[in-house]
Amino acid sequence: MAFRPENLARAREIVARYPRPKSAILPLAHLAQDQDGWLTREAMLEIAQLVGVTPADVLGTCSFYTMFKREPVGRLVVSVCTNVTCLVTGGPDVLDHLRDRYADDPEVTVEEVECLAACGGAPAMQVNYEFHEKVDPESAVTVVEAYKGGALEARTVSGSRR
Amino acid sequence: MADVVETRIITRRLHDRPDDSWTIDAALATGCYDGLRKALTMTGEQIGQEQVKASGLRGRGGAGFPTATKWSFLPKGVHPRYLVVNADEGEPSTFKDRMLLERDPHQLIEGIAIAAFAIECNLAFIYVRGEFALGYDRLRLAVDDARARGFLGKDVLGSGFDLEIVIHRGAGAYICGEETGLLESLEGERGMPRIRPPFPAIEGLYAKPTVVNNVETLSTLPHIILMGGDEYAKLGVGRSTGTRIFSVSGHVNRPGNYEVELGISFRELIFSPELGGGIPNGKKVKFFIPGGASSQWLTGSDEHLDALLDMDAVSALGVMLGSGAVMVYDETTSPTLVAWRLAKFFAHESCGKCTPCREGTGWIEKVLYRLANGLGRPEDLDLLLDVGDNISPGLNAPFSQTTICPLGPSAVSAIVSLNKYFRDEVLASVGRTGVSA
Repeated sequence: MAFRPENLARAREIVARYPRPKSAILPLAHLAQDQDGWLTREAMLEIAQLVGVTPADVLGTCSFYTMFKREPVGRLVVSVCTNVTCLVTGGPDVLDHLRDRYADDPEVTVEEVECLAACGGAPAMQVNYEFHEKVDPESAVTVVEAYKGGALEARTVSGSRR
Repeated sequence: MADVVETRIITRRLHDRPDDSWTIDAALATGCYDGLRKALTMTGEQIGQEQVKASGLRGRGGAGFPTATKWSFLPKGVHPRYLVVNADEGEPSTFKDRMLLERDPHQLIEGIAIAAFAIECNLAFIYVRGEFALGYDRLRLAVDDARARGFLGKDVLGSGFDLEIVIHRGAGAYICGEETGLLESLEGERGMPRIRPPFPAIEGLYAKPTVVNNVETLSTLPHIILMGGDEYAKLGVGRSTGTRIFSVSGHVNRPGNYEVELGISFRELIFSPELGGGIPNGKKVKFFIPGGASSQWLTGSDEHLDALLDMDAVSALGVMLGSGAVMVYDETTSPTLVAWRLAKFFAHESCGKCTPCREGTGWIEKVLYRLANGLGRPEDLDLLLDVGDNISPGLNAPFSQTTICPLGPSAVSAIVSLNKYFRDEVLASVGRTGVSA
Protein backbone atom coordinates (compact mmCIF):
# COMPACT_ATOMS: atom_id res chain seq x y z
CA MET A 1 0.00 0.00 0.00
CA ALA A 2 1.16 3.52 -0.65
CA PHE A 3 1.70 5.94 2.24
CA ARG A 4 -1.36 7.28 4.00
CA PRO A 5 -1.53 11.11 4.11
CA GLU A 6 -0.02 11.49 7.59
CA ASN A 7 2.82 9.14 6.69
CA LEU A 8 3.37 10.86 3.35
CA ALA A 9 3.95 14.10 5.24
CA ARG A 10 6.41 12.29 7.54
CA ALA A 11 8.11 10.75 4.52
CA ARG A 12 8.68 14.18 2.96
CA GLU A 13 10.04 15.46 6.26
CA ILE A 14 12.48 12.51 6.40
CA VAL A 15 13.70 13.10 2.83
CA ALA A 16 14.40 16.75 3.70
CA ARG A 17 16.80 15.74 6.50
CA TYR A 18 19.42 14.49 4.09
CA PRO A 19 21.78 16.35 1.76
CA ARG A 20 20.84 13.78 -0.89
CA PRO A 21 17.32 12.28 -1.06
CA LYS A 22 18.45 8.73 -1.82
CA SER A 23 19.75 8.48 1.76
CA ALA A 24 16.10 8.33 2.85
CA ILE A 25 15.47 4.88 1.34
CA LEU A 26 16.14 2.96 4.56
CA PRO A 27 14.08 5.21 6.86
CA LEU A 28 11.23 5.31 4.32
CA ALA A 29 11.23 1.52 4.02
CA HIS A 30 11.01 1.32 7.83
CA LEU A 31 8.11 3.79 7.74
CA ALA A 32 6.33 1.68 5.12
CA GLN A 33 6.72 -1.43 7.27
CA ASP A 34 5.41 0.47 10.29
CA GLN A 35 2.30 1.23 8.28
CA ASP A 36 1.74 -2.01 6.37
CA GLY A 37 3.41 -4.73 8.42
CA TRP A 38 5.76 -5.60 5.54
CA LEU A 39 7.47 -3.87 2.61
CA THR A 40 5.04 -3.93 -0.29
CA ARG A 41 5.77 -3.42 -3.96
CA GLU A 42 3.52 -0.34 -3.97
CA ALA A 43 5.50 1.18 -1.11
CA MET A 44 8.78 0.68 -2.96
CA LEU A 45 7.32 2.33 -6.07
CA GLU A 46 6.27 5.35 -4.02
CA ILE A 47 9.63 5.54 -2.22
CA ALA A 48 11.31 5.63 -5.64
CA GLN A 49 9.21 8.67 -6.59
CA LEU A 50 9.83 10.40 -3.26
CA VAL A 51 13.62 10.12 -3.47
CA GLY A 52 13.92 10.46 -7.25
CA VAL A 53 15.39 7.08 -8.20
CA THR A 54 14.05 4.11 -10.17
CA PRO A 55 11.96 1.42 -8.47
CA ALA A 56 14.78 -1.00 -9.29
CA ASP A 57 17.16 1.15 -7.23
CA VAL A 58 14.84 0.91 -4.23
CA LEU A 59 14.43 -2.85 -4.58
CA GLY A 60 18.18 -3.20 -5.09
CA THR A 61 18.85 -1.43 -1.82
CA CYS A 62 16.05 -2.96 0.24
CA SER A 63 16.78 -6.53 -0.81
CA PHE A 64 20.20 -6.25 0.88
CA TYR A 65 18.78 -5.84 4.38
CA THR A 66 17.27 -8.65 6.45
CA MET A 67 14.92 -6.37 8.41
CA PHE A 68 12.94 -5.54 5.28
CA LYS A 69 10.28 -8.21 4.76
CA ARG A 70 9.31 -8.29 1.11
CA GLU A 71 6.65 -10.91 1.77
CA PRO A 72 3.93 -10.77 4.41
CA VAL A 73 4.98 -11.81 7.92
CA GLY A 74 3.09 -12.33 11.15
CA ARG A 75 2.06 -9.43 13.35
CA LEU A 76 4.82 -10.60 15.69
CA VAL A 77 8.32 -11.29 14.39
CA VAL A 78 10.29 -13.34 16.90
CA SER A 79 14.05 -13.18 16.31
CA VAL A 80 16.10 -15.80 18.13
CA CYS A 81 19.89 -15.54 18.34
CA THR A 82 21.97 -18.69 17.91
CA ASN A 83 25.37 -17.05 17.48
CA VAL A 84 28.38 -18.19 19.45
CA THR A 85 27.38 -17.13 22.97
CA CYS A 86 23.72 -18.09 22.62
CA LEU A 87 24.93 -21.32 20.94
CA VAL A 88 26.42 -22.61 24.20
CA THR A 89 23.73 -21.21 26.49
CA GLY A 90 20.63 -22.73 24.91
CA GLY A 91 19.68 -20.49 21.96
CA PRO A 92 19.19 -23.35 19.47
CA ASP A 93 16.72 -25.08 21.83
CA VAL A 94 14.70 -21.88 22.14
CA LEU A 95 14.63 -21.51 18.35
CA ASP A 96 13.56 -25.12 17.73
CA HIS A 97 10.83 -24.95 20.35
CA LEU A 98 9.37 -21.69 19.06
CA ARG A 99 9.49 -22.88 15.45
CA ASP A 100 7.51 -25.99 16.35
CA ARG A 101 5.08 -24.18 18.57
CA TYR A 102 4.23 -21.43 16.06
CA ALA A 103 4.62 -23.36 12.80
CA ASP A 104 0.94 -22.96 11.96
CA ASP A 105 0.28 -19.63 13.65
CA PRO A 106 -0.17 -16.82 11.09
CA GLU A 107 0.27 -14.18 13.79
CA VAL A 108 3.82 -15.25 14.65
CA THR A 109 6.89 -15.45 12.42
CA VAL A 110 9.93 -17.09 14.03
CA GLU A 111 13.35 -16.39 12.55
CA GLU A 112 16.94 -17.29 13.39
CA VAL A 113 19.15 -14.22 13.61
CA GLU A 114 22.77 -13.28 14.16
CA CYS A 115 24.24 -11.76 17.31
CA LEU A 116 21.82 -9.23 18.84
CA ALA A 117 24.38 -7.65 21.19
CA ALA A 118 22.67 -9.10 24.25
CA CYS A 119 25.31 -11.73 25.09
CA GLY A 120 25.39 -10.67 28.74
CA GLY A 121 21.85 -12.05 28.92
CA ALA A 122 22.23 -15.04 26.61
CA PRO A 123 20.29 -16.71 25.24
CA ALA A 124 18.48 -13.70 23.87
CA MET A 125 15.62 -13.01 21.52
CA GLN A 126 13.57 -10.08 20.30
CA VAL A 127 9.88 -9.71 19.62
CA ASN A 128 9.45 -6.91 17.08
CA TYR A 129 12.91 -5.72 18.17
CA GLU A 130 12.09 -5.55 21.89
CA PHE A 131 14.80 -7.45 23.78
CA HIS A 132 14.08 -10.47 25.98
CA GLU A 133 17.12 -11.98 27.65
CA LYS A 134 17.93 -15.18 29.57
CA VAL A 135 15.03 -17.01 27.97
CA ASP A 136 14.45 -20.77 27.86
CA PRO A 137 11.99 -22.65 25.63
CA GLU A 138 9.13 -22.28 28.10
CA SER A 139 9.71 -18.66 29.14
CA ALA A 140 10.11 -17.68 25.48
CA VAL A 141 6.61 -19.01 24.78
CA THR A 142 5.29 -17.13 27.81
CA VAL A 143 6.73 -13.91 26.37
CA VAL A 144 5.24 -14.47 22.91
CA GLU A 145 1.87 -15.34 24.43
CA ALA A 146 1.96 -12.13 26.47
CA TYR A 147 2.29 -10.15 23.23
CA LYS A 148 -0.42 -12.21 21.57
CA GLY A 149 -2.81 -11.64 24.44
CA GLY A 150 -2.00 -7.94 24.72
CA ALA A 151 -0.39 -8.06 28.16
CA LEU A 152 2.77 -6.76 26.49
CA GLU A 153 2.40 -4.02 23.89
CA ALA A 154 4.29 -4.87 20.72
CA ARG A 155 6.30 -2.48 18.60
CA THR A 156 5.65 -2.50 14.85
CA VAL A 157 7.37 -5.18 12.75
CA SER A 158 10.01 -2.55 12.01
CA GLY A 159 10.52 -1.92 15.74
CA SER A 160 8.80 1.47 16.09
CA ARG A 161 6.57 2.48 18.97
CA ARG A 162 3.02 3.02 17.74
CA MET B 1 46.33 -12.99 40.22
CA ALA B 2 45.03 -9.76 41.73
CA ASP B 3 41.29 -9.24 42.15
CA VAL B 4 40.62 -6.38 39.78
CA VAL B 5 37.65 -4.03 40.03
CA GLU B 6 36.17 -1.73 37.42
CA THR B 7 37.51 1.76 36.73
CA ARG B 8 34.29 3.52 35.81
CA ILE B 9 34.69 6.61 33.68
CA ILE B 10 32.28 6.29 30.78
CA THR B 11 30.06 3.78 32.61
CA ARG B 12 29.84 5.80 35.82
CA ARG B 13 26.52 7.55 35.16
CA LEU B 14 24.69 4.44 34.03
CA HIS B 15 25.77 2.64 37.20
CA ASP B 16 25.15 5.59 39.55
CA ARG B 17 21.69 6.36 38.10
CA PRO B 18 20.35 2.95 37.04
CA ASP B 19 16.74 4.13 36.93
CA ASP B 20 17.08 7.23 34.78
CA SER B 21 20.66 7.59 33.49
CA TRP B 22 19.41 8.22 29.93
CA THR B 23 17.32 11.29 30.82
CA ILE B 24 18.41 14.89 30.42
CA ASP B 25 17.74 15.54 34.12
CA ALA B 26 20.03 12.72 35.27
CA ALA B 27 22.66 13.75 32.74
CA LEU B 28 22.68 17.39 33.86
CA ALA B 29 22.69 16.41 37.54
CA THR B 30 25.84 14.37 36.98
CA GLY B 31 27.98 16.81 35.02
CA CYS B 32 27.08 15.93 31.46
CA TYR B 33 27.87 18.69 28.95
CA ASP B 34 30.53 20.23 31.24
CA GLY B 35 33.11 18.78 28.85
CA LEU B 36 31.38 20.47 25.91
CA ARG B 37 31.34 23.83 27.75
CA LYS B 38 35.07 23.54 28.33
CA ALA B 39 35.75 22.38 24.77
CA LEU B 40 33.93 25.38 23.31
CA THR B 41 36.50 27.67 25.00
CA MET B 42 39.28 25.89 23.10
CA THR B 43 40.22 25.76 19.42
CA GLY B 44 39.66 22.69 17.29
CA GLU B 45 43.41 22.25 17.04
CA GLN B 46 43.76 22.36 20.84
CA ILE B 47 41.06 19.71 21.24
CA GLY B 48 42.27 17.34 18.55
CA GLN B 49 45.99 17.77 18.15
CA GLU B 50 46.74 18.65 21.79
CA GLN B 51 44.25 17.05 24.19
CA VAL B 52 43.01 14.02 22.24
CA LYS B 53 46.48 13.37 20.86
CA ALA B 54 48.02 13.56 24.34
CA SER B 55 45.35 11.18 25.66
CA GLY B 56 46.55 8.47 23.28
CA LEU B 57 42.91 7.60 22.55
CA ARG B 58 42.57 4.82 19.99
CA GLY B 59 39.35 3.80 18.27
CA ARG B 60 37.16 1.48 20.30
CA GLY B 61 35.33 -0.03 17.33
CA GLY B 62 37.86 -2.69 16.44
CA ALA B 63 40.82 -1.36 14.48
CA GLY B 64 42.34 0.64 17.33
CA PHE B 65 43.48 3.51 15.10
CA PRO B 66 44.60 6.69 16.95
CA THR B 67 41.63 9.07 16.96
CA ALA B 68 43.61 12.33 16.73
CA THR B 69 45.52 10.97 13.72
CA LYS B 70 42.26 10.01 11.99
CA TRP B 71 40.98 13.55 12.44
CA SER B 72 44.27 15.01 11.18
CA PHE B 73 43.75 13.42 7.75
CA LEU B 74 40.88 15.82 6.93
CA PRO B 75 42.01 18.18 4.16
CA LYS B 76 42.34 21.78 5.35
CA GLY B 77 39.64 24.21 4.30
CA VAL B 78 37.35 21.74 2.52
CA HIS B 79 33.71 22.05 3.64
CA PRO B 80 31.14 20.69 4.25
CA ARG B 81 32.63 17.80 6.15
CA TYR B 82 30.77 15.18 8.11
CA LEU B 83 31.06 13.27 11.35
CA VAL B 84 29.45 9.84 11.17
CA VAL B 85 28.94 7.86 14.36
CA ASN B 86 29.26 4.13 13.94
CA ALA B 87 26.56 2.74 16.24
CA ASP B 88 26.05 -0.36 14.11
CA GLU B 89 27.42 -2.74 16.72
CA GLY B 90 27.20 -6.27 15.34
CA GLU B 91 30.48 -8.03 16.05
CA PRO B 92 29.42 -11.30 17.68
CA SER B 93 29.52 -11.17 21.49
CA THR B 94 30.09 -7.41 21.61
CA PHE B 95 27.39 -5.53 23.52
CA LYS B 96 28.98 -2.40 24.93
CA ASP B 97 27.79 0.22 22.43
CA ARG B 98 24.19 -0.92 22.80
CA MET B 99 24.52 -0.30 26.55
CA LEU B 100 26.00 3.17 25.98
CA LEU B 101 23.21 4.08 23.52
CA GLU B 102 20.39 2.85 25.70
CA ARG B 103 21.69 4.03 29.04
CA ASP B 104 23.83 7.11 28.41
CA PRO B 105 22.83 8.78 25.12
CA HIS B 106 23.64 12.29 26.39
CA GLN B 107 27.26 11.33 27.02
CA LEU B 108 27.46 10.25 23.37
CA ILE B 109 25.80 13.46 22.15
CA GLU B 110 28.25 15.49 24.21
CA GLY B 111 31.13 13.56 22.64
CA ILE B 112 29.69 14.10 19.16
CA ALA B 113 29.39 17.84 19.80
CA ILE B 114 33.00 18.04 20.99
CA ALA B 115 34.30 16.08 18.00
CA ALA B 116 32.17 18.02 15.52
CA PHE B 117 33.37 21.33 16.97
CA ALA B 118 36.97 20.14 16.81
CA ILE B 119 36.80 19.08 13.16
CA GLU B 120 34.55 21.97 12.00
CA CYS B 121 31.53 19.86 11.15
CA ASN B 122 27.95 21.17 11.31
CA LEU B 123 26.03 18.02 10.41
CA ALA B 124 26.62 14.69 12.12
CA PHE B 125 24.95 11.35 11.48
CA ILE B 126 24.43 8.53 13.95
CA TYR B 127 24.08 5.22 12.11
CA VAL B 128 22.26 3.04 14.65
CA ARG B 129 21.92 -0.67 14.19
CA GLY B 130 18.35 -1.34 13.03
CA GLU B 131 17.65 -3.93 15.70
CA PHE B 132 18.38 -1.42 18.51
CA ALA B 133 14.80 -0.17 18.81
CA LEU B 134 15.10 1.04 22.41
CA GLY B 135 18.47 2.66 21.76
CA TYR B 136 16.98 4.50 18.79
CA ASP B 137 14.04 5.75 20.88
CA ARG B 138 16.32 7.00 23.62
CA LEU B 139 18.72 8.66 21.20
CA ARG B 140 15.86 10.52 19.53
CA LEU B 141 14.56 11.74 22.87
CA ALA B 142 18.07 12.73 23.95
CA VAL B 143 18.76 14.67 20.73
CA ASP B 144 15.45 16.55 21.11
CA ASP B 145 16.16 17.34 24.77
CA ALA B 146 19.73 18.39 24.01
CA ARG B 147 18.52 20.71 21.26
CA ALA B 148 15.88 22.22 23.59
CA ARG B 149 18.64 23.02 26.11
CA GLY B 150 20.93 24.62 23.56
CA PHE B 151 23.53 21.82 23.34
CA LEU B 152 22.62 21.26 19.69
CA GLY B 153 21.15 23.40 16.91
CA LYS B 154 22.03 26.98 16.02
CA ASP B 155 24.71 28.72 18.07
CA VAL B 156 25.48 25.92 20.55
CA LEU B 157 25.66 27.45 24.07
CA GLY B 158 26.23 30.89 22.54
CA SER B 159 29.50 29.84 20.91
CA GLY B 160 28.50 30.65 17.34
CA PHE B 161 28.95 26.96 16.44
CA ASP B 162 25.99 25.22 14.74
CA LEU B 163 25.38 21.48 14.91
CA GLU B 164 22.55 19.24 13.75
CA ILE B 165 22.43 15.49 14.31
CA VAL B 166 20.50 13.10 12.04
CA ILE B 167 19.80 9.66 13.51
CA HIS B 168 19.72 7.00 10.82
CA ARG B 169 18.51 3.44 11.43
CA GLY B 170 20.17 0.54 9.71
CA ALA B 171 18.17 -2.50 8.68
CA GLY B 172 20.07 -5.66 9.55
CA ALA B 173 23.47 -6.01 7.87
CA TYR B 174 26.68 -6.66 9.82
CA ILE B 175 28.83 -5.31 6.98
CA CYS B 176 27.46 -1.81 7.58
CA GLY B 177 29.67 -1.73 10.68
CA GLU B 178 32.62 -1.55 8.27
CA GLU B 179 33.07 2.18 7.78
CA THR B 180 32.81 2.37 4.00
CA GLY B 181 29.94 -0.13 3.94
CA LEU B 182 28.27 2.13 6.49
CA LEU B 183 28.74 5.18 4.26
CA GLU B 184 27.25 3.34 1.27
CA SER B 185 24.27 2.34 3.39
CA LEU B 186 23.84 5.91 4.64
CA GLU B 187 23.72 7.05 1.02
CA GLY B 188 20.82 4.66 0.41
CA GLU B 189 22.82 1.93 -1.29
CA ARG B 190 23.50 -1.74 -0.56
CA GLY B 191 26.07 -1.75 2.25
CA MET B 192 29.02 -2.89 0.17
CA PRO B 193 32.46 -1.62 1.22
CA ARG B 194 34.39 0.75 -1.02
CA ILE B 195 37.90 0.33 -2.36
CA ARG B 196 40.38 2.60 -0.58
CA PRO B 197 41.94 4.98 -1.41
CA PRO B 198 40.29 7.39 -1.41
CA PHE B 199 39.87 7.12 2.36
CA PRO B 200 36.76 8.58 4.01
CA ALA B 201 38.77 11.51 5.42
CA ILE B 202 39.28 12.67 1.83
CA GLU B 203 36.13 11.37 0.10
CA GLY B 204 33.63 9.89 2.51
CA LEU B 205 29.91 10.56 2.82
CA TYR B 206 28.62 12.20 -0.39
CA ALA B 207 32.28 12.27 -1.48
CA LYS B 208 32.99 14.91 1.19
CA PRO B 209 35.66 14.72 3.92
CA THR B 210 34.28 12.45 6.63
CA VAL B 211 35.32 11.11 10.01
CA VAL B 212 33.74 7.85 11.18
CA ASN B 213 34.08 7.23 14.92
CA ASN B 214 32.71 4.53 17.21
CA VAL B 215 30.20 5.15 20.03
CA GLU B 216 32.62 4.28 22.84
CA THR B 217 35.38 6.40 21.31
CA LEU B 218 33.15 9.47 21.21
CA SER B 219 31.69 8.77 24.66
CA THR B 220 35.23 9.00 26.03
CA LEU B 221 35.89 12.51 24.68
CA PRO B 222 34.06 14.54 27.37
CA HIS B 223 36.20 12.86 30.02
CA ILE B 224 39.43 13.52 28.14
CA ILE B 225 38.52 17.21 27.88
CA LEU B 226 37.63 17.43 31.58
CA MET B 227 40.58 15.38 32.87
CA GLY B 228 43.07 16.68 30.33
CA GLY B 229 44.73 14.45 27.77
CA ASP B 230 47.91 13.96 29.80
CA GLU B 231 45.96 12.84 32.85
CA TYR B 232 43.88 10.38 30.81
CA ALA B 233 47.05 8.92 29.30
CA LYS B 234 48.27 7.98 32.79
CA LEU B 235 45.60 5.27 32.79
CA GLY B 236 46.33 2.07 30.94
CA VAL B 237 49.56 0.61 29.67
CA GLY B 238 52.01 1.60 26.93
CA ARG B 239 50.20 2.78 23.81
CA SER B 240 46.93 1.33 25.13
CA THR B 241 45.87 4.25 27.27
CA GLY B 242 42.74 4.74 29.33
CA THR B 243 39.92 2.37 30.03
CA ARG B 244 37.92 0.12 27.75
CA ILE B 245 34.64 -1.68 28.14
CA PHE B 246 35.06 -5.43 27.74
CA SER B 247 32.01 -7.54 26.94
CA VAL B 248 32.56 -10.84 28.75
CA SER B 249 30.23 -13.69 27.83
CA GLY B 250 29.86 -17.43 27.47
CA HIS B 251 30.89 -19.82 30.22
CA VAL B 252 31.48 -17.28 33.00
CA ASN B 253 29.61 -16.76 36.25
CA ARG B 254 29.06 -13.05 35.67
CA PRO B 255 28.63 -12.28 31.97
CA GLY B 256 28.46 -8.55 31.36
CA ASN B 257 30.20 -5.33 30.37
CA TYR B 258 33.15 -4.30 32.52
CA GLU B 259 35.07 -1.05 32.15
CA VAL B 260 38.65 -1.66 33.21
CA GLU B 261 41.98 0.03 32.84
CA LEU B 262 43.89 -1.43 29.91
CA GLY B 263 46.81 -3.60 30.95
CA ILE B 264 45.13 -6.13 33.26
CA SER B 265 45.38 -9.79 32.24
CA PHE B 266 42.73 -11.96 30.60
CA ARG B 267 42.82 -14.12 33.74
CA GLU B 268 42.00 -11.10 35.89
CA LEU B 269 39.15 -10.11 33.57
CA ILE B 270 37.66 -13.60 33.44
CA PHE B 271 38.19 -14.66 37.08
CA SER B 272 38.03 -11.51 39.30
CA PRO B 273 34.99 -11.83 41.59
CA GLU B 274 33.64 -8.42 40.54
CA LEU B 275 34.35 -8.99 36.84
CA GLY B 276 33.76 -12.29 35.01
CA GLY B 277 33.64 -14.20 38.29
CA GLY B 278 35.24 -17.43 37.01
CA ILE B 279 33.86 -20.45 35.21
CA PRO B 280 30.61 -22.10 36.39
CA ASN B 281 30.81 -25.42 38.23
CA GLY B 282 34.56 -25.11 38.74
CA LYS B 283 35.30 -26.03 35.13
CA LYS B 284 38.40 -24.93 33.26
CA VAL B 285 38.78 -22.54 30.31
CA LYS B 286 39.24 -24.59 27.16
CA PHE B 287 39.57 -21.62 24.84
CA PHE B 288 38.43 -18.03 24.56
CA ILE B 289 37.96 -15.60 21.72
CA PRO B 290 39.25 -12.09 22.41
CA GLY B 291 38.31 -9.12 20.26
CA GLY B 292 35.11 -10.43 18.71
CA ALA B 293 34.46 -13.13 16.14
CA SER B 294 37.07 -11.77 13.76
CA SER B 295 40.06 -12.46 16.00
CA GLN B 296 42.03 -15.65 16.29
CA TRP B 297 41.50 -17.60 19.51
CA LEU B 298 43.49 -18.18 22.69
CA THR B 299 43.45 -21.23 24.94
CA GLY B 300 43.23 -21.82 28.67
CA SER B 301 47.03 -22.10 28.93
CA ASP B 302 48.83 -19.96 31.52
CA GLU B 303 50.66 -18.14 28.74
CA HIS B 304 47.38 -17.04 27.16
CA LEU B 305 45.40 -16.34 30.34
CA ASP B 306 48.25 -14.23 31.70
CA ALA B 307 48.54 -12.15 28.51
CA LEU B 308 47.74 -8.50 29.08
CA LEU B 309 44.85 -6.51 27.65
CA ASP B 310 47.23 -4.33 25.68
CA MET B 311 46.41 -3.70 22.02
CA ASP B 312 50.04 -4.07 20.98
CA ALA B 313 51.14 -6.94 23.24
CA VAL B 314 48.31 -9.26 22.19
CA SER B 315 49.26 -8.98 18.53
CA ALA B 316 52.38 -11.03 19.35
CA LEU B 317 49.97 -13.90 20.10
CA GLY B 318 48.25 -13.45 16.73
CA VAL B 319 45.08 -12.00 18.24
CA MET B 320 43.56 -8.55 18.67
CA LEU B 321 41.51 -6.74 21.29
CA GLY B 322 39.23 -5.70 18.44
CA SER B 323 35.80 -4.67 19.63
CA GLY B 324 36.48 -5.63 23.25
CA ALA B 325 34.51 -8.88 23.32
CA VAL B 326 35.82 -11.86 25.29
CA MET B 327 33.92 -15.11 24.73
CA VAL B 328 34.83 -17.86 27.14
CA TYR B 329 34.30 -21.59 26.55
CA ASP B 330 34.73 -24.35 29.10
CA GLU B 331 36.13 -27.84 28.58
CA THR B 332 32.75 -29.29 27.52
CA THR B 333 32.67 -27.14 24.37
CA SER B 334 33.31 -28.46 20.87
CA PRO B 335 35.63 -25.95 19.17
CA THR B 336 34.52 -27.32 15.79
CA LEU B 337 30.92 -26.44 16.55
CA VAL B 338 31.88 -22.88 17.55
CA ALA B 339 34.01 -22.54 14.41
CA TRP B 340 31.09 -23.74 12.29
CA ARG B 341 28.68 -21.23 13.83
CA LEU B 342 31.13 -18.41 13.22
CA ALA B 343 31.57 -19.55 9.62
CA LYS B 344 27.79 -19.59 9.19
CA PHE B 345 27.70 -16.03 10.48
CA PHE B 346 30.34 -14.78 8.05
CA ALA B 347 28.76 -16.66 5.13
CA HIS B 348 25.42 -15.02 5.91
CA GLU B 349 26.92 -11.55 6.33
CA SER B 350 29.29 -11.56 3.35
CA CYS B 351 28.02 -8.73 1.14
CA GLY B 352 28.87 -10.64 -2.04
CA LYS B 353 31.10 -8.03 -3.64
CA CYS B 354 34.42 -9.94 -3.63
CA THR B 355 34.54 -13.49 -4.99
CA PRO B 356 37.00 -15.02 -2.47
CA CYS B 357 34.74 -14.02 0.43
CA ARG B 358 31.35 -14.59 -1.22
CA GLU B 359 32.28 -18.11 -2.35
CA GLY B 360 34.89 -18.99 0.27
CA THR B 361 32.80 -18.27 3.37
CA GLY B 362 30.05 -20.54 2.04
CA TRP B 363 32.47 -23.40 1.41
CA ILE B 364 34.08 -22.98 4.83
CA GLU B 365 30.64 -23.17 6.43
CA LYS B 366 29.69 -26.35 4.53
CA VAL B 367 32.92 -28.18 5.36
CA LEU B 368 32.82 -27.16 9.03
CA TYR B 369 29.19 -28.27 9.21
CA ARG B 370 30.07 -31.82 8.23
CA LEU B 371 33.10 -31.82 10.53
CA ALA B 372 30.95 -30.65 13.45
CA ASN B 373 28.31 -33.26 12.74
CA GLY B 374 30.44 -36.39 12.50
CA LEU B 375 30.51 -36.46 8.71
CA GLY B 376 33.98 -34.99 8.25
CA ARG B 377 36.84 -36.40 6.22
CA PRO B 378 40.50 -36.66 7.28
CA GLU B 379 41.55 -34.12 4.64
CA ASP B 380 38.90 -31.54 5.63
CA LEU B 381 41.06 -29.44 7.93
CA ASP B 382 43.67 -28.98 5.21
CA LEU B 383 40.92 -28.25 2.70
CA LEU B 384 39.66 -25.49 5.00
CA LEU B 385 43.13 -24.00 5.25
CA ASP B 386 43.43 -24.07 1.46
CA VAL B 387 40.13 -22.22 1.00
CA GLY B 388 41.21 -19.80 3.73
CA ASP B 389 44.51 -19.19 1.97
CA ASN B 390 42.59 -17.94 -1.09
CA ILE B 391 40.90 -15.29 1.08
CA SER B 392 43.86 -14.44 3.29
CA PRO B 393 47.11 -15.53 1.63
CA GLY B 394 49.64 -16.88 4.12
CA LEU B 395 47.02 -17.29 6.87
CA ASN B 396 48.95 -14.87 9.06
CA ALA B 397 47.99 -12.37 11.71
CA PRO B 398 47.69 -9.50 11.06
CA PHE B 399 46.12 -10.86 7.94
CA SER B 400 46.69 -10.15 4.28
CA GLN B 401 43.60 -10.10 2.09
CA THR B 402 42.37 -10.70 -1.43
CA THR B 403 39.18 -8.82 -0.59
CA ILE B 404 38.18 -5.16 -0.28
CA CYS B 405 37.30 -5.34 3.42
CA PRO B 406 38.36 -7.48 6.39
CA LEU B 407 35.18 -9.60 6.58
CA GLY B 408 36.56 -12.45 4.49
CA PRO B 409 39.89 -12.71 6.34
CA SER B 410 37.93 -12.58 9.62
CA ALA B 411 36.16 -15.78 8.61
CA VAL B 412 39.56 -17.45 8.30
CA SER B 413 40.61 -16.70 11.91
CA ALA B 414 38.53 -19.52 13.38
CA ILE B 415 39.88 -22.23 11.08
CA VAL B 416 43.46 -21.12 11.65
CA SER B 417 42.81 -21.32 15.40
CA LEU B 418 41.10 -24.69 15.09
CA ASN B 419 44.14 -26.02 13.26
CA LYS B 420 46.66 -24.40 15.58
CA TYR B 421 45.18 -25.54 18.90
CA PHE B 422 42.74 -28.37 18.22
CA ARG B 423 44.07 -30.23 15.17
CA ASP B 424 44.40 -33.52 17.05
CA GLU B 425 40.91 -33.22 18.52
CA VAL B 426 39.38 -32.44 15.13
CA LEU B 427 41.17 -35.31 13.39
CA ALA B 428 40.24 -37.72 16.18
CA SER B 429 36.58 -36.78 15.77
CA VAL B 430 36.50 -37.49 12.04
CA GLY B 431 34.09 -40.28 11.28
CA ARG B 432 32.44 -40.16 14.68
CA THR B 433 28.88 -38.96 15.11
CA GLY B 434 27.27 -37.03 17.89
CA VAL B 435 29.66 -34.11 18.37
CA SER B 436 27.71 -31.64 20.47
CA ALA B 437 28.13 -28.41 22.35
